[in-house]
Amino acid sequence: MPGLEDLYREIILDHYRTPRNRGELPTPPAVVAQGHNPLCGDEITIYLQVDDGVIGDVKVGGQGCSISQSSASMMSQAVKGHGVDEVRALVRRFKGMMSIETDDGSGDGDVQQLELGDLEALQGVVKFPVRIKCATLAWNTLLDALDRPTVDA
Amino acid sequence: MTTELIDTLDVRTVKAQFPLLATTIDDAPIHYLDSANSAQKPHAVLDAMTRFNETTYAPINRSAYRLAAQATDAYEQARAKVAGFVNAASPDEIVFTKNATEAMNLVAQAWGRANLRAGDAVVLSHLEHHANIVPWHLLAAELGIELRWIPLTDDGRLDLTDLDRLVDGAKVVSVTAMSNVLGTLTPVTELCAAAHRAGALAVVDACQFVPHNATDVQAWGADFAAFSSHKMCGPSGIGALWGRAELLEATPPFLGGGNMIADVRLDGFTSAPVPAKFEAGTPPITEAIGFGAAVDFMNGLGMDAVRAHELELTSYALETLEARFGDEITIHGPRRLDVRGGVLSFALRDLHPHDVSQVLDQRNVCIRAGHHCAKPLMKLLGVAATARASFYVYNDRDDVDALADALDSASDIFGL
Repeated sequence: MPGLEDLYREIILDHYRTPRNRGELPTPPAVVAQGHNPLCGDEITIYLQVDDGVIGDVKVGGQGCSISQSSASMMSQAVKGHGVDEVRALVRRFKGMMSIETDDGSGDGDVQQLELGDLEALQGVVKFPVRIKCATLAWNTLLDALDRPTVDA
Repeated sequence: MTTELIDTLDVRTVKAQFPLLATTIDDAPIHYLDSANSAQKPHAVLDAMTRFNETTYAPINRSAYRLAAQATDAYEQARAKVAGFVNAASPDEIVFTKNATEAMNLVAQAWGRANLRAGDAVVLSHLEHHANIVPWHLLAAELGIELRWIPLTDDGRLDLTDLDRLVDGAKVVSVTAMSNVLGTLTPVTELCAAAHRAGALAVVDACQFVPHNATDVQAWGADFAAFSSHKMCGPSGIGALWGRAELLEATPPFLGGGNMIADVRLDGFTSAPVPAKFEAGTPPITEAIGFGAAVDFMNGLGMDAVRAHELELTSYALETLEARFGDEITIHGPRRLDVRGGVLSFALRDLHPHDVSQVLDQRNVCIRAGHHCAKPLMKLLGVAATARASFYVYNDRDDVDALADALDSASDIFGL
């Protein structure tokens, strides 16, 4: 079995202990989406403020384990201020890192590639397949929020 | 607390009968503390199933050759063993189901749909597993029945202060005999009596209780009780519904198909007598043999000895965890051991149970982390999930110590 140090990197524990962008946004104008991990009961709420196709603000609510919470925290930092298309591409890249979707780098055309940055710390999760769902919960919820009809209105 | 209790199980001998527990992961022994979820299987069960498949297997209840008759006899013997295990009045009072969940659904869907009307009340408790909640929700959505809830005391026992008012006018009282989350043992006899005083049916979710305690459904005064094989060292894929004979006879079939009919015509059908009436299709035949072997195995240990052993271990675990972690650990559920089974749900500081379980897994300590299919209870406890260690006949103090040592390392990693 891979060591726990592969999973619980310092940066992950840091985001877990001090989560960024916690809170709520008024809806509307923001949209909100809720995600559940039915296996462990974790819940996550993503508030998304989209202005002219750009993520103006994002807030995270809910409760969960160190992996789901740190993933949500890092995600919120990574997407803030970026265009919806870039963010969708980032979700694909993240899921690719989690071995869920193959990300061959194509298909995003001239969309600017966002860096995974801190998010690469979550790479170790792949070695613990049970936890992949924890890491992707926030991202699936983000996709849900992006699909809300008011986003591009 | 309970040092006067004598442990009458020779755990070393018992454990040696479980091949999986002799295996290792990363060259280290396995500390299996998830038996409230599903129990490991002894040679006696595994061998009985293999022997049956190799020497006696055939379809039951339909073919005329000798082998089929032998297989049918073996299946019915297993039913008789299971009936004896819970002191049913007759083997015909045992219906084999897929699991305890299906048994609860049988009660709700077959008895409930035939007997409940809009506005009728069903009384449940805040302790219940989803298997004793969702079948009634389904019925509520379909028929418009009302669900009432027995609340809990602060230490996780049923609060019966308002019981008479709650059951007044109710048609069903359906409550667990032992909580899968808190280990709480409920006053089943008292609940059944209250149900009957109100003219209600008394249903017992005995899934956690039966594997760990001597069970007497007649002494309970219950009408239906559900339990499963896989939590008592038998195979998964089979469970049982016990029901009083006259109730089973008056209840319409649940699933339709082969085996459950006396006659089928173009314009309808006639049901088979119980219990075949509720066993549509080819049942889990080999699993029934394994279930029967599990009953023999548990009887060989003695259910009083099983309970005494679990009491001793639970007491040791409570003492050990509190001594080593003090205020850092929150243990849910009753502190009185006489109303508690061998289930420990806990929280270590504010560590998420998933993380706790992950760290424990590194040391081969297998616990459950999650909502335990009891989300309403989680909400009541004010948590999303708990970590749960549960004990059985093959666990000993080494397992408890391994749990405590592993929790220490969790504290270290998360910097508590």
